[in-house]
Amino acid sequence: MPKIDEYAAAAGVNAIEELKAIASRLKNKTILNVNSTAVGGGVAEILSRMLPMMTELGIKPRWELIKGGEDFYAVTKKFHNALHGTPQKLTPSDFQLYRDTIKTNMESINLDADIALIHDPQPAGLIDKKPAGAKWVWRCHIDLSNRQQDVWDFLHGYVSRYDAAVISAPSFSQELPIKQFQVPPSIDPLADKNRELTHTEISEIMQRLEIPLDKPLITQVSRFDRLKDPMGVIEAFKKIQPYVTARLLLVGGSADDDPEGAQVLAEVRAAAEGNPDIIVLCLPPTSNVEINAIQRASAVILQKSLKEGFGLTVSEALWKGKPVIAGAAGGIPLQITHKYSGILTRTIEGTAYWMKRLLHEPDYARKLGENGREHVRENFLLIRHLRDYLLLALYLESGRKDFIHL
Amino acid sequence: MEPFKFCTRLTLTEVTGRKAYNTAELLEGIKAADDAVIYHHTHRFIKQSHHLVPEGANDFAYWVANTLQADRLGEELTSIDIVQYHSLTDIKNAFVKMLERHIAENLGPMRTVAPGREFHFMRAIRFSLPTECSASDYAGFIECLRKVSVSSLYLHVFEARLRPPYGVDDFSHWFRINFNDEIVGREISRLDPYSYTLEGLRQRIIRILEKRHAEVSRA
Repeated sequence: MPKIDEYAAAAGVNAIEELKAIASRLKNKTILNVNSTAVGGGVAEILSRMLPMMTELGIKPRWELIKGGEDFYAVTKKFHNALHGTPQKLTPSDFQLYRDTIKTNMESINLDADIALIHDPQPAGLIDKKPAGAKWVWRCHIDLSNRQQDVWDFLHGYVSRYDAAVISAPSFSQELPIKQFQVPPSIDPLADKNRELTHTEISEIMQRLEIPLDKPLITQVSRFDRLKDPMGVIEAFKKIQPYVTARLLLVGGSADDDPEGAQVLAEVRAAAEGNPDIIVLCLPPTSNVEINAIQRASAVILQKSLKEGFGLTVSEALWKGKPVIAGAAGGIPLQITHKYSGILTRTIEGTAYWMKRLLHEPDYARKLGENGREHVRENFLLIRHLRDYLLLALYLESGRKDFIHL
Repeated sequence: MEPFKFCTRLTLTEVTGRKAYNTAELLEGIKAADDAVIYHHTHRFIKQSHHLVPEGANDFAYWVANTLQADRLGEELTSIDIVQYHSLTDIKNAFVKMLERHIAENLGPMRTVAPGREFHFMRAIRFSLPTECSASDYAGFIECLRKVSVSSLYLHVFEARLRPPYGVDDFSHWFRINFNDEIVGREISRLDPYSYTLEGLRQRIIRILEKRHAEVSRA
């Protein structure tokens, strides 16, 4: 695991010094994180890298997992989908199963800590056993703007008893009697997905993947999902083909375990059929360094989402200094200021127009990429993410004042 | 002599849950806003975009111009020069006055944005943090200026004007008190945050101080 000082090149020396100064005020404080999984998923990925940093800073982090049977996870999966806006049928016994599982966990999990970050709905009910004097934060990673009412009403009873809630974007906020803070997610600049690669590494990977580099690449990396609009991407590319020399690369997972994904992939392949300048590539989920190389070898990156959570793939592309054209959905407008740090579009025609324009104006495209990288450096790196959590801990510990002198 | 101790400003963003879909709701939201809200929407913008050529001067103007697409009002709100005011209440009143005038002059149907494009009122929880840098003379000051973060620069040059002695930045105040140097203050007070990025401002202030250092040394 990288040491904090190794992040100085990416985040800046000042950001590292600030982080150390803040952390010195929280020395020996215990910060507990509770979520539902130790591996897989964005939360586990962030925690596995953030907690060693806390230890290095003199804080005592702890990480506990909520445990439950398959039936519990089936219920919380329904919660998750319902909160995301996909209608779900929840029965009284589903809610009871949740309560019972939480009760069992209360007896086995050590909840002793100065500050606790309780992630997402699965462990939210643990608030019933909050120790006196501790400060508890509900960290919601889900876009709640289209949440299903009955599930939210149920969770509201728990969430409203926390000391604060943390959401990723202002549009995800809900009416709550507690304070809500915005802490966007982050990317790790030293992870395989984002670390610097040499030209040789990039060339070798592109050769291995048999991706020709004789024409500029326009790339979208995302799973084959209708909400990522891969068919719209192909349509936009076909519109500009008479005017540009370029290749379109659509990269996603194999979609073996996702029937809808397999169908979308089949449609994408059919739409690309016979067009030598459209490449559809399926990679295994562990292909982090390959995705990194593909992004770095591309001239333009697309993320033409119709609906999006936070859309952190945009920051991953911007971090590589690439001009990004992305759908103005979910958290994407927080990452891109239109025409300054990338391009926001809402239509296939708009996407086509900007693809053509960025290919024809490489200086402007380069400037967008540079601005985008600086925006990510300032706002979406792991160091800032940790800093925000520590500032929140200080705010809660120091009497919730608007002005805090450290 | 008291050395100049450089501090830095960090903020935590609180989401108030209050939203505006049109100019009337924006006006009501600003009227109800406390200092922490006004600070967030007027002071965050320059710092956030310090690597870009500044466009809008504040979040209100940016939303009105780019989302509500009320070009004229957006331009007027952009023109509110936040650094000329000595309190956040004065800044707030300037926005209220301009929005009230606009609404009074435009009594027709009001443009309302679609859900998802609304303005979100936020608050800034402010933290002051001392840095390792401190200076006792011109040379040391210049050296610190090269090292400190843009947040520190922003805190001492612009935000300082909102606290006593009102309207004066920390750098000018220190050079005036300790070296009886009025020229540094005069030059820094002329700097316009809308015409430079913060990195550009850093270089400009360093040049001012290098020039003064040479003049003072010669004298």
